[in-house]
Amino acid sequence: MAFEDLSLAVQKGKSKQVKELVNAEIEKGTPVEEILNDGLIAPMGIVGENFKQNKIYVPEMLVAARAMSAGLKILEPLMTETGVKPVGTVVIGTVKGDLHDIGKNLVAMMMKGIGATVYDLGIDVPDADFVEKAEEVNADIVCISALLTTTMPAINDVIKEFEKSGVRDKYRIMVGGAPVNQAFADEIGADVYTSNAADAAENAKEYLTKKYA
Amino acid sequence: MSLTFDRLAYDSVDDFLYGVCPNPVKTKNGLVIGGGEMYPEVNFTLPPMNINKDTMPEIRSIYKEIIEGVLKKAYELHAPGLVIEFETLPEMTENPEWGLEIHKILKEAMNDYEAKYGLKSAIRMTPNDIREMSRPPVMRSGKYWEAMVKTFEGAAKDGADFLSVESTGGKEVNDEAIMNADLRTSIYALGCLASRDMKWLWKNITEIANANGAISAGDSACGFANTSMVLAEQGFIPKVYAAVMRALVTPRALVAIENGAIGPSKDCAYENVYLKAITGTPITLEGKSAACAHFSPIGNIALAVPDLWSNESVQQVKLLSGFAPVVSTEQLIYDCRLMNVAAKKGHAKLMRDLLVESDCYLDPQAYVLRPDIVFEISEEIVKTQDPFSRTLNTARRTLEILRRGLEKKELSIDERDVAWLDILEGQIEEIPEDEEEFIAEMKEEIPESKYNFSEYINEED
Repeated sequence: MAFEDLSLAVQKGKSKQVKELVNAEIEKGTPVEEILNDGLIAPMGIVGENFKQNKIYVPEMLVAARAMSAGLKILEPLMTETGVKPVGTVVIGTVKGDLHDIGKNLVAMMMKGIGATVYDLGIDVPDADFVEKAEEVNADIVCISALLTTTMPAINDVIKEFEKSGVRDKYRIMVGGAPVNQAFADEIGADVYTSNAADAAENAKEYLTKKYA
Repeated sequence: MSLTFDRLAYDSVDDFLYGVCPNPVKTKNGLVIGGGEMYPEVNFTLPPMNINKDTMPEIRSIYKEIIEGVLKKAYELHAPGLVIEFETLPEMTENPEWGLEIHKILKEAMNDYEAKYGLKSAIRMTPNDIREMSRPPVMRSGKYWEAMVKTFEGAAKDGADFLSVESTGGKEVNDEAIMNADLRTSIYALGCLASRDMKWLWKNITEIANANGAISAGDSACGFANTSMVLAEQGFIPKVYAAVMRALVTPRALVAIENGAIGPSKDCAYENVYLKAITGTPITLEGKSAACAHFSPIGNIALAVPDLWSNESVQQVKLLSGFAPVVSTEQLIYDCRLMNVAAKKGHAKLMRDLLVESDCYLDPQAYVLRPDIVFEISEEIVKTQDPFSRTLNTARRTLEILRRGLEKKELSIDERDVAWLDILEGQIEEIPEDEEEFIAEMKEEIPESKYNFSEYINEED
């Protein structure tokens, strides 16, 4: 099977081996797009599936994501040269007044796992910073998180900031966090609500695949 | 001068019971915590809404409505006493006048109920640790620390009985360690960073409490151990890591007591059981009746030895019977009523053991809370005096205990968690016994952008 060794190296989180195998494929002349899709993104899909089936935990997934990133770093300059389309760009952050970042970090990690370029704004992020960064990096998706019932309304403020700037429709806005639910997402006009990091990444993957098909 | 603990506060695990402890705490109005009776501790929060100057009138009226409902229910159900925890929201700590205004509203209503109906109650003021709003955190100066001091001082002057906080020293390093189930970094965050911060922080809080007639009560490692518990519950990280974290935060918690806190320590600190075993101070816990705030695998065992029994927090939302804080109050009062009757009839140990046995074999996080195991881990902790070696030894002993429980087939651990026992044991094998050497190693590994070590240096270092 093609990329079997590379796939296993990604799944086991062996960064050094991933780098060696990616370089070997480049030297062999394997198309960059194939290495990216079949050698790096596909095994991360298997890792994600194993997580969903409760076979592994997040730390194992993180190790795999780091190994995948190591391979991706080698491919990135070649992708630009050869015109391979990027998977997509995600801007993520926790709203103003909220200091929680573990859930947000999980989503960021899972987004990296699908091959997206992720810009993590951190915690306690002012509304305007989401807009500014999304515009700066030409993002596809903006993920907004809140963990407190009292900071949840700030998600709406961020969306309003996008509207005020006249750029709301340029971005797919995904929302999440412990107190957030579908009804709230609908009420504030978010595009997507997911209850966990794995679903968020899956939803983003579907969207980006269609967008860049 | 700080206290030292080199032995347990109990001679026998049979005396380690709920509602009573060797060093009870008495409030200004005579409510004794740990003096023989277990009381409810009710916490509540706002429904989803913005907190700003414009919404403060509405916020004031919501808190008024909540406290009236809670006190009325406590009176109607003949609660022998009650503790209210007011845990501010970050905006209320950043703007101390807002938090203090709410504290005043709550305290006045409590005083009224005592004057009119004889309902004795006490209030715990818990400002947020907003020092982490600066990244990397600025721990000992700046606007966030000053706002916290104003809140502590203002509340103490205005009659707060207990001062508490869920402090976050070292959390900026531990957050990533949790995601990676990285015990080595957690030992650094807790044993080397958090413990140093606790020493400085609790000396300061105790000074404020003592100067203003309040009680320096205690902390919670919520952002460390409870975050681990919740993530383990969601299937994100191994339960065995969360179980080790539960015990691992104890040396950090002990520093608060060594530096002036006298209890009752905060509700979400399940490590309180080790603290009670070592220091004999009263503790609060939460379990099955805090499912309104978060799920846990320790719902019953958490009720085995506390002196106050809490709901963690609940929003002011309407349920079929009434508002959620009132519902919580009723649940806690009935829990405490049963526990107190059992104790009065001489069945406290039986009650404790039933609560323990119903949970302890089903999850490693419950197993480490079993009273005999609490004593075993606590004895390991008091063998040394410095937080780093205490933390490292706690990790080793807790892993040994989990391994032993598994081998004796008395503890249920998922197959994928068994593999993690090996991984965690491997992670701590290489940790040097010498703290300086360990700090030097970790300084190399953790980027300075994440934390500022100089914020953790005490005069004695």
